[in-house]
Amino acid sequence: MSTPVQTVTTEAPARAPGRRRKPPLSEGARAERRLGWLLCAPAVIIMIAVTAYPVGYAIYLSLERYNLEVPQAIKFVGFSNYGAVLSSPYWWQALKVTVIITVISVAITLVLGMLLAQVMYRTLFGRGSVRTAALIPYGIVTVAASYGWKYAWTPGQGYLSSVFNNSAPLTDQVKGIAVIILAEIWKTTPFMGLLLLAGLSLVPEDLQKAAKVDGATAWQRFWRITVPLMKPAILVALLFRTLDSFRIFDNIFILTQGAHGTGSVSILGYDNLFSALNLGIGSAISILIFIAVAIIAVAFIKGFGTAAPGTDIEKR
Amino acid sequence: MAAVSTTPRQRISWGTANFVVIALALIPVLWLASLSFKTPAAVLDPSFIPAQWTWGNYTQILSTSQFIRPLVNSIGIGLIATLIAVVFASMAAYAVARLRFPGKGVLIGMALLIAMFPAISLVTPLFNILRAIGLFNTWPGLIIPYIAFGLPLGIYTLSAFFREIPWELEKAAKVDGATPFQAFIRVIAPLAAPGMVTTSILVFLFCWNEFLFAISFTSTLASRTAPASIAYFSGSSQFTVPTGPIAAAAVVITIPIIIFVVFFQRRIVAGLTSGAVKG
Repeated sequence: MSTPVQTVTTEAPARAPGRRRKPPLSEGARAERRLGWLLCAPAVIIMIAVTAYPVGYAIYLSLERYNLEVPQAIKFVGFSNYGAVLSSPYWWQALKVTVIITVISVAITLVLGMLLAQVMYRTLFGRGSVRTAALIPYGIVTVAASYGWKYAWTPGQGYLSSVFNNSAPLTDQVKGIAVIILAEIWKTTPFMGLLLLAGLSLVPEDLQKAAKVDGATAWQRFWRITVPLMKPAILVALLFRTLDSFRIFDNIFILTQGAHGTGSVSILGYDNLFSALNLGIGSAISILIFIAVAIIAVAFIKGFGTAAPGTDIEKR
Repeated sequence: MAAVSTTPRQRISWGTANFVVIALALIPVLWLASLSFKTPAAVLDPSFIPAQWTWGNYTQILSTSQFIRPLVNSIGIGLIATLIAVVFASMAAYAVARLRFPGKGVLIGMALLIAMFPAISLVTPLFNILRAIGLFNTWPGLIIPYIAFGLPLGIYTLSAFFREIPWELEKAAKVDGATPFQAFIRVIAPLAAPGMVTTSILVFLFCWNEFLFAISFTSTLASRTAPASIAYFSGSSQFTVPTGPIAAAAVVITIPIIIFVVFFQRRIVAGLTSGAVKG
């Protein structure tokens, strides 16, 4: 990759290894800097205004007793909202459901996504139609798909329910969660498959052939060659899917509204805001979810090492 | 791959694999379509293919503002948010791909963080902020958050596309006396158009799909988007579940996606994967 011309001024280059003083920038480099900042400014301002500022504000709100139904009782209460949330069985129940949905759906999606990627990559014909078909679950509005699943599992009305003895899984906690997971898997496997496909196409075909000549079985080749070389792609896909799954909302909102103990943390946060109109508690839940997501992200990025997305952008 | 000779057995097994993938992807969508063509009486029949076909559900939803207005909102909000997000994202992506400036790493890190951001964490504070500044239940009240979440997607995808552009042309333009800004508009933008189309599709799909903000920051038809409006459909009486109309509305909002996917399959695949996974 070519780098922009950097004119070095006639000054001697900085001698000390510690970069106390950078060599003065040339006019061109300074203009480039300014342009860089100028071009990024609108994006940065909007992103900060819509995310960083509200999160800061949510921290502040979470320290107040703030119920829209009793606006005269707004009062600074310190961490007692957090105490209320963390000592509430609803929070732990919702967190448990969210973790279960995330772990199971991401694990199954990874396996199915890998199969899908193999089919999209290796199939001998109809590759275009397979990819087009796979993009439909990815692109479809989650709410629309969720209604499809909901009616499919409604007794007396749905084809899936009628196949399974007119069962009503959405009125039961465990079965309800199973249906939520099924809907989530159907919707997100294509995305996983496409990310893995991108990783798969980076595995050199020669390596596979050489291993084949050496007598490696397809299974060995998959585990010894494909998977190690795809590791960055797998980790990126897992990170995106895990965080996405942890934020699950639409599916549950349509399928069960969080009834029968099937609500996720996002549903809990929503309910506290719009059913209870409690901004204090709602903000405390928001911040706790934010912390949970941050922990997941940091754990994954630690696992990435140098393969974290974005690092290569800087290199080039 | 084309050079590999195929045995009939291979053809059959790959044919089966293809068929399974396509069937699994399409059956839930076809079920929704089937529901939308069932008569109100037949909705309570679990068979996959309607015994009696009707357009009634479509005429019902398309004849009231209950669905038309949200559809207009969805298209308008989606287009405006996409346009602004893609313009700002291409500026930032150009800088990321092309210029040297301190803070680039911070920008990329920030975009990544926002891509992972739990939207629910913003619902409570944004709800209060939007109410305070009078943007609750308005188009900008949704457009602004959508831009913020469309930007990271756009910056990632576009900077990946921008790196593929032959930059010598830009240098040539600069030699010919163009300013960096002119070089961007005259030389690079046309070359970047395919990537920008792809990015626009991805950002638009995100806006079209979004549900949590759409139900949280709207309260009437003035700004409620189509996915949110479906959740508020009511039956002809309190005791009828509006299954048919809901299915029809779901099909209507799925149609643009199917069109995008069929016409831009290659681009969408390239866009989704270029932003997230590179060598």
